[in-house]
Amino acid sequence: MIPETGLAALWLAAALSLLGLFLSVGHVRGMLDAERAVRALAIVQGLLCLFAFLALLIVFARTDLSVALVFENSHSAKPFIYKVAGAWGNHEGSMLLWVTVLGLSGAALSAMSRQLPPRTLIAALGAQAALALGFHAFLLFASNPFARLSPAPVEGRGLNPLLQDPGLAFHPPTLYLGYVGLSVAFSIAVGAMLAGDVDRRLARAMRPWVLGAWIFLTLGITAGSYWAYYELGWGGWWFWDPVENASLMPWLAATALLHSVAVLAARDALKAWTMMLAVIAFSMSMVGTFLVRSGVLTSVHAFAVDPTRGAFILALLGVYVTAAFVLFAVRAGTLREGAPFELVSREAGIVVNNLLLTVILGVVFIGTLYPLLAEALSGEKLSVGAPYFNAVAGPLAILLGLLLAVGPLLGWRREKRPIAPKLTVPGLFAACTLVIAFLGLPDASILSKLGLALAAGLLPAAILPLIGRNPLRAPLATWGMAIAHLGAAVSVGGMAADSSLTTEKLTAARPGETVDVGPWLVKFQGVNPVAGPNWTAVEAELRASRGGGVHVLRPQSRFFTSPPTETNEAAIQTLLAGQLYTVLGPSDDEGRYQLRLWWKPMVTLIWFGGAMVAFGGLLAMLGHTRRAWRKRKAVAE
Amino acid sequence: MSRGLRLIPIILLVWILLTFAWKLIQPEDSTVRSQLVNREVPQFALPAGVPGTPALSSADLATGEPRLLNFFASWCVPCVAEAPTLERMRAQGVKIDGIAVRDTPGAVAAFLDRHGNPYQRIGADRHSSVQLALGSSGVPETFVVDGKGVIRFQFLGPIGSADLPTVMRELEKAK
Repeated sequence: MIPETGLAALWLAAALSLLGLFLSVGHVRGMLDAERAVRALAIVQGLLCLFAFLALLIVFARTDLSVALVFENSHSAKPFIYKVAGAWGNHEGSMLLWVTVLGLSGAALSAMSRQLPPRTLIAALGAQAALALGFHAFLLFASNPFARLSPAPVEGRGLNPLLQDPGLAFHPPTLYLGYVGLSVAFSIAVGAMLAGDVDRRLARAMRPWVLGAWIFLTLGITAGSYWAYYELGWGGWWFWDPVENASLMPWLAATALLHSVAVLAARDALKAWTMMLAVIAFSMSMVGTFLVRSGVLTSVHAFAVDPTRGAFILALLGVYVTAAFVLFAVRAGTLREGAPFELVSREAGIVVNNLLLTVILGVVFIGTLYPLLAEALSGEKLSVGAPYFNAVAGPLAILLGLLLAVGPLLGWRREKRPIAPKLTVPGLFAACTLVIAFLGLPDASILSKLGLALAAGLLPAAILPLIGRNPLRAPLATWGMAIAHLGAAVSVGGMAADSSLTTEKLTAARPGETVDVGPWLVKFQGVNPVAGPNWTAVEAELRASRGGGVHVLRPQSRFFTSPPTETNEAAIQTLLAGQLYTVLGPSDDEGRYQLRLWWKPMVTLIWFGGAMVAFGGLLAMLGHTRRAWRKRKAVAE
Repeated sequence: MSRGLRLIPIILLVWILLTFAWKLIQPEDSTVRSQLVNREVPQFALPAGVPGTPALSSADLATGEPRLLNFFASWCVPCVAEAPTLERMRAQGVKIDGIAVRDTPGAVAAFLDRHGNPYQRIGADRHSSVQLALGSSGVPETFVVDGKGVIRFQFLGPIGSADLPTVMRELEKAK
């Protein structure tokens, strides 16, 4: 019964979104007054999606094998947490999660965005209903999660230990919250362009949504990067893989958007541009979903590939993005640009920030799609990798970092005071680090030297906006900005340190031998056999020391029986100063084993910085929401 | 903004959507071969991988007769399995050059002492840059280069004795 109830809820939600779409069109065109109906429909539709998703969770928790999806992706012997996580660890379930987040976002928009003009809100809810309708159709016609099997099999097929990983269980939902959260910014922008009402109130209503989605994207990307780092076993933390880029592109657009929306909120400027960015950000989310789900680009993340589903998402993507672009082309001319500003001002800084972020977005977009475009035009197969991305996006990111030091110090409209004196300390930090890097690290790339210097300068520069006033009385949003910028500096420092200070040792060693890597002496004690549910492994015992105590690391080389595959489980020792990363490879006839060892000073800063950025975003969101709430309360009194 | 300008994003969008659609209906093919087969070896000049054997640059490959270019490493266990086959080919008069990937001179010397040195020249590719430039994705990997310095064939993985005829045939074809 439960699967049928879930399916019925989905059909009902689809019908309600169709109704909501019609009513909101009627309302916006002035044919009927349906404000309350549209708002209620959005909430009910969101709750029905949630109901369907809960039904799927229950089906998975109970391992109801009469449901095809459970049979294919679950197993009665799985640990409970992975049974539940299995609900979204597959195509149909993850699309249901996508639709649920979309529906709940619409419901939340309806319930919470009182500060929007009613006509804009109803138009935005209409846009959200249109999005929901398309993705409901996709679920119901091309990816039904509740399809039954008759007769029910006795056991499921999904006991893949590779997918039993806490990182993998919570990484997709986090990213989806980010991807789909951007739909609200998209809908608000579309609604505002339809209603012809783009102003500061709109920006203030849009900002928490952008920030919220951006926080989840930041967390999702950070977690995904760490997962690839420990799982893929080559010590890299970013591979410029199409699926990684698919999550980076919406993040870049959302980062640009949350800065430009601040200009619109504070100064009533950059109207058309902000609307365009809101459209682009969610379009990138849809492009990302398409790339991941269709498999048009070769990627290390091999997911279920199905051309019909790909075609369906492509059609949805085409319809929505084209419609939004056409709307923009028609309406952009009618938006009057607001308050002017001078060349040296906060606004100008943010314009340059947006320009750089958009160019980086373009660089990543072109690099990701180039193999596809080249193949379509000339039939030639090629791949674009790190050499292109690092060389092109790296220097732009350095410029962005320089701007990050200066921008927050500038006043709105125009900056009268000279800001150079304030930057003395950061400048000195950066210059000293640069000199040290050039003298001490002759082998490091120029980009990583600049990155180290930049990080050193940014650490003091990021907290400058808090200095010169009582830091405790600074607005929460300012704290959020400072912490997010500080996090960016920390992360850049980690990246530059990883590429310039890492020492690598690839060797074939016999048990009993000692290998040195960086400051470490690693003794290869021996190997032991270990067994898991459907794998056997050889586990090495490594004793690492650099004078003080001894750390024992146990990397594994695993052999899975069905299908026969071999994987390496890295063993990582995390210390304050960095990480020792060890991988055990295959052996030869003479009893020697392939060992891969890395000493990576400060590498954890990459992800720690990412988490700081997200935390800063959270503070900013709380700060802005609290201020809006207080203001509303004051008006009410 | 003129109307024409505003249409540019839409035109770009339609173009990209059409490309996606085209790719969706293409049959799937996931084997990744080097794009450089039947092209000239990219320019490179590597320092000597081990004292006593000359260094290797791309100019050394165009000698008028076909040669093998073998990517190997002392840390690579499958390379050990390949060593006897390379040694047999050398004995049959095949000219072989090596590129040691992510290795140190000491480790390479120990590897060659233990498993034999079939190489006329060895370059040290400290950061895999030449490996990437040639479109090679792993170690060991072997390329057949003809007398003009054009890559004619790529062999992925260790050359076992069963693969020997294939490689010899390709060398013959490259003459």
